[in-house]
Amino acid sequence: MSEERKKIRTVVVDDEDLARQIVREMLKPHPEVEIIGECANGFEAVRMVGELKPDLLFLDIQMPKLDGFEVLELIGDEIAVIFATAYDEHALRAFEVHAVDYLLKPFGAPRFELALERAKQRLGKKMSPAPDQLLAASREPGKYLERLVVKDGTRVQIIPLDKLDYAEAQDDYVALVSQGKKYLKQQTISNLESSLDPAHFVRIHRSYIVNLERVRRLEPYGKDSHVAILSDGARLPVSRAGLARLKSLLEGKI
Amino acid sequence: MHPILANVRQLLLYLLAWLPLSGILLYLLISFGGVEWTRALIFIVPLAMVFAFVCLSAWYSCRATPLASSGFWRLAATHLLGAVSASLLWLLIARGLSLAMASISPFARFDQQIARELPVLFASGVLLYLLSVALHYVLMATDIAHQAEKREVEARVLARDFELKALKTQVNPHFIFNSLNSISALTSSDPAKAREMCILLADFLRKTLGLGEKAYIPLAEELELVHAFLSVEKIRFQRRLTLEEKTDPGALRVLVPPLLLQPLVENAIAHGVANLTEGGWIRLEIRKSESENVSIMIENNFDPDTPRRRGQGIGLRNVRQRLDTSYGSRARFDVRANGDRFLVALGLPAEKMA
Repeated sequence: MSEERKKIRTVVVDDEDLARQIVREMLKPHPEVEIIGECANGFEAVRMVGELKPDLLFLDIQMPKLDGFEVLELIGDEIAVIFATAYDEHALRAFEVHAVDYLLKPFGAPRFELALERAKQRLGKKMSPAPDQLLAASREPGKYLERLVVKDGTRVQIIPLDKLDYAEAQDDYVALVSQGKKYLKQQTISNLESSLDPAHFVRIHRSYIVNLERVRRLEPYGKDSHVAILSDGARLPVSRAGLARLKSLLEGKI
Repeated sequence: MHPILANVRQLLLYLLAWLPLSGILLYLLISFGGVEWTRALIFIVPLAMVFAFVCLSAWYSCRATPLASSGFWRLAATHLLGAVSASLLWLLIARGLSLAMASISPFARFDQQIARELPVLFASGVLLYLLSVALHYVLMATDIAHQAEKREVEARVLARDFELKALKTQVNPHFIFNSLNSISALTSSDPAKAREMCILLADFLRKTLGLGEKAYIPLAEELELVHAFLSVEKIRFQRRLTLEEKTDPGALRVLVPPLLLQPLVENAIAHGVANLTEGGWIRLEIRKSESENVSIMIENNFDPDTPRRRGQGIGLRNVRQRLDTSYGSRARFDVRANGDRFLVALGLPAEKMA
């Protein structure tokens, strides 16, 4: 067992056949690396990684369904990732999510070898970013998220933000409520708040963020708190600070 | 250069205007000075022509004292001084001419006859000179207005050229990098195909480089560019990309601004097939109607669930703007998304033909 070193189990994700072919070819002189799967879009990537639990992932960024950063956000922190893309503008974000390396297409064998060497060094130790960091990196700097991605068993659920009614903190998770369905995502509510557009989403309570468009009316509740009643009838607690924030936004709209 | 002397036509017009003026001088000389009319005519015509040229000197003093920036007293002093000196010079010439004429027998004692009329001539000279001052001010004003207009037109043309140039030179670098990556992959698996793609890419790049200088190209040439672009993308996306094209041969000779369709096709790929796992299609249709219009439709399917990426819309805005600068309201540009279909429709006048 110690004689024959354990193979590095690898998945290659790229929507272009030819791009996957290059990675395959460059891995050929490395018998210690075994390609256990290839796929062409973000959905497949998430499912394949969930099923095969590879050690190393070659990941394109611009892909159908989910982009590379969204895939990374969903597959968590166990895997060493090497990004390969023609776009150099994502490099900074790639290092924020502790990618092993960032290959710019087209790349040559020496550059590829370097990336592989870095991956091997990384494999021994765990140096994974917190999921919050992953989420923060999944949006472009200075922009707010346009959709949320959640893993629902082996399936991936995409929630466009205009379909998100509210979010509720539940221990280490947030529950995202959209069209009557609840999805759990491992994330803190403050982190979620910071990636949402403050013109549409308000933190009305320590544990709640609401989509402003869903708020029908406010009712007093108890001595000095309120409840927000949403268009689908849901009732959410509103703290005093939340009420002030909500009022200033609603007044701004009128 | 003097505005009247610079142009023969204007000089002739100016001298023509002096004919009625010399008529008035003639009348003064005949009815008040009692000079016989043939003598008066022979005397006044050359004298008036000479003074016509003397009065042109008003331009220099007008230029030195612009109406807008000179005070009333300065204007009055300058031009009265000019009028008096011009008129005195004229008297001197008149005196000389009358003396010269008097030396010939038919004009005997003509000089004495004229000497009595010198005050009248002086007054007329002052008035005529001041009239010329007014004329020169008018000329200067129209000249300034004309130049301002010309500058404005030049500035507009310059701005438009600049804008067109800025809009044109936009080959997407990602397209080049992705193509080079495909070539890199093919070099070992299919060298012949790699070479083919190299040539197609070079062909496309050479075509776009050459277009920068031109304002219009035949639609056929733009289509060649689109085909070169699509052949490269076809190798990159392989079976994922399906193309369908229908072109009315009558439209091929119509002149269009360069790089009008290529950005739209590039857009169709970036937001269509690039986001579709199962592959995407692009349909290009070009028709020339009876009413001398060309209509171009580019349609593609796309994934409605993929959020719009940064940069989407720049290509469309760019083309819309260029249609606008080239054709104004005679061009049409519509963008429609319907379900999973995206349609860009342009209409432009077939006014220029290759």
